[in-house]
Amino acid sequence: MATKSSIAETLAQTYDAKGRQAGEIALSPSMQAFADLAERLPTDEVIVNMGPSHPAMHGTVRVVLRIDGETITDADVQVGYLHRGFEKECESSAWQQIFPYVDRLNYVSPMLNNTGFAMAVEKLLGIGSQVPERAEYIRVIAGELARVADHLTCVTASLAELGGLTAFFYGNRAREHIWELLEDLSGARLTHSYARIGGVAWDLTADFEDKTKDKVAKVRGFISDIRKLVERNRIFLDRMEGIGAISADDAISYGMTGPCLRATGVDYDVRRAHPYSVYDHFDFDVVVADGGDNLARYLVRMEEMEQSLQIVEQALVQIPPGAVIIDDPIIALPSKREVYNSIEGMIAHFKLIMDGIRVPPGEAYAYTEGGNGELGFYVVSDGTGRPYKCRCRPPSFYTTAAMRQLIVGANIADVVPIFGSLNMIGGECDR
Amino acid sequence: MSKRALDIVAGKAPEAILETASYLGDEMALVERSRILEVLQLCKDDPELDFRMLTDLTVVDWLGTDPRFEVVYLLYSLQHKHRLRLKVAVPEDDPVIDSATSLWMAANWAEREAWDLYGIKFRGHPDLRRILMYDEFVGHPLRKDYPQNGRQPLLRRPDATPTDDETTRLLETSHDRRVE
Repeated sequence: MATKSSIAETLAQTYDAKGRQAGEIALSPSMQAFADLAERLPTDEVIVNMGPSHPAMHGTVRVVLRIDGETITDADVQVGYLHRGFEKECESSAWQQIFPYVDRLNYVSPMLNNTGFAMAVEKLLGIGSQVPERAEYIRVIAGELARVADHLTCVTASLAELGGLTAFFYGNRAREHIWELLEDLSGARLTHSYARIGGVAWDLTADFEDKTKDKVAKVRGFISDIRKLVERNRIFLDRMEGIGAISADDAISYGMTGPCLRATGVDYDVRRAHPYSVYDHFDFDVVVADGGDNLARYLVRMEEMEQSLQIVEQALVQIPPGAVIIDDPIIALPSKREVYNSIEGMIAHFKLIMDGIRVPPGEAYAYTEGGNGELGFYVVSDGTGRPYKCRCRPPSFYTTAAMRQLIVGANIADVVPIFGSLNMIGGECDR
Repeated sequence: MSKRALDIVAGKAPEAILETASYLGDEMALVERSRILEVLQLCKDDPELDFRMLTDLTVVDWLGTDPRFEVVYLLYSLQHKHRLRLKVAVPEDDPVIDSATSLWMAANWAEREAWDLYGIKFRGHPDLRRILMYDEFVGHPLRKDYPQNGRQPLLRRPDATPTDDETTRLLETSHDRRVE
């Protein structure tokens, strides 16, 4: 906003100090040309687009920034580029056909989405307490492994954007171990569709327990390596500490949940506040941090991974033998042997596939702790085999809604770490 | 514990609550449309209720019944750990309801989504524009009478209303001045 005289004056004071009278400006020709040029430079606010196709905008999100120099004065966060009509598709699918769709909500921790949706339907069916305990344990093990994969993806992708590519590779190798386990379990690396209404698809593999113990130790090693690599790094701390801070009151008002809320010091974790499944059988800490900034969110995620690994270890010790899916022919598919060899089995199979599970009319809201926070499913049934409405309460959506407040006043370069630490997952936010 | 929250709301605003129900452990109350803001304010500010978090806001489209829409508020109290579901019936010919943006910031995007996908207008919302669909989209895709396989070519219609999006408008008029 400098005027003509002040630019030349500043230059004169800086460069032509020798023998200069007050108010006299005698710049060298090149310096004078520079002053003239600088005076014509536009100094208004500029609109800059980040995304939707930007290497650091790893969900597809578009941020329109109004900037004054390096400082962001206003922003408009625009989501919806990954909208696939999840709810609309659900309304014409049978209840059990929705599992592949929920896999694709938060595509870095599909096991947690599977469990969340299965629990909502079980609540509506009134069979929540009849799900075999072994199935609940398997869901917890798979879900906690998925949570570690989710947090690893968030933290290390964020670190890669800050220039810490080594940490990213360490994180990816750790995640690879977890994906191998989940692949053993479900047959798929990314979109597992492993849970079923009333249980899970099939039992653990014979060597799952030994393999998991081995992999958990390896993942711990990688996590500790990442922490040693970055936590004393000046560049990392400068870009994380105090950047993107939000108060607890604002976070609650925005409906933030999960690690982002716990980073503001609020100890709300669905697993502890409303223990579902078998979470009351385990000894684990709800991780909180102070400050609500990028560093706090990073620390909460890092510590939560350790807690999740401890839950997995405890669950492997406690897991009881038994069935893995409810024994009810109108809810669970009969085994292949029964389908091929008995008329009852074949009819049950045919009815379930053609008509779907007959969920009684009503509505229910079931909530679980997803990778990013409270993952809720609000399901409405009209008594047919298809949901009348299947609403997913997406934690990322509400977290991303707070992003505008976090980036206004920050520098352009801060958008990337702030966005990374909020862990917006496009599939879940846009559905 | 949840039952208590429902009783308190019904006790403190008896004339605004039309109906209460409890199903599968979830508590819900049907609220009169004109008094929803008052009830939400009570839910948020009353120390016994203390619903500091608007967990979710959504709409159910009961096509063929009157009133057609049902706006659903899911509230949660971090302190008392109780939940409440408030519902408001909204007729098809006048799909307007007061905005809750003055109470919870979460309502901003949630109401934009409800407007985008169901066409419910929120009176007093500061920035009611589409959020998941694009500005040129016609109709509201989650209404039951919108076909599941409906296709719309993406083009700027000549009769399209100018966008409310101030930042996008700024983008259109923004300059790229270079130094001569």
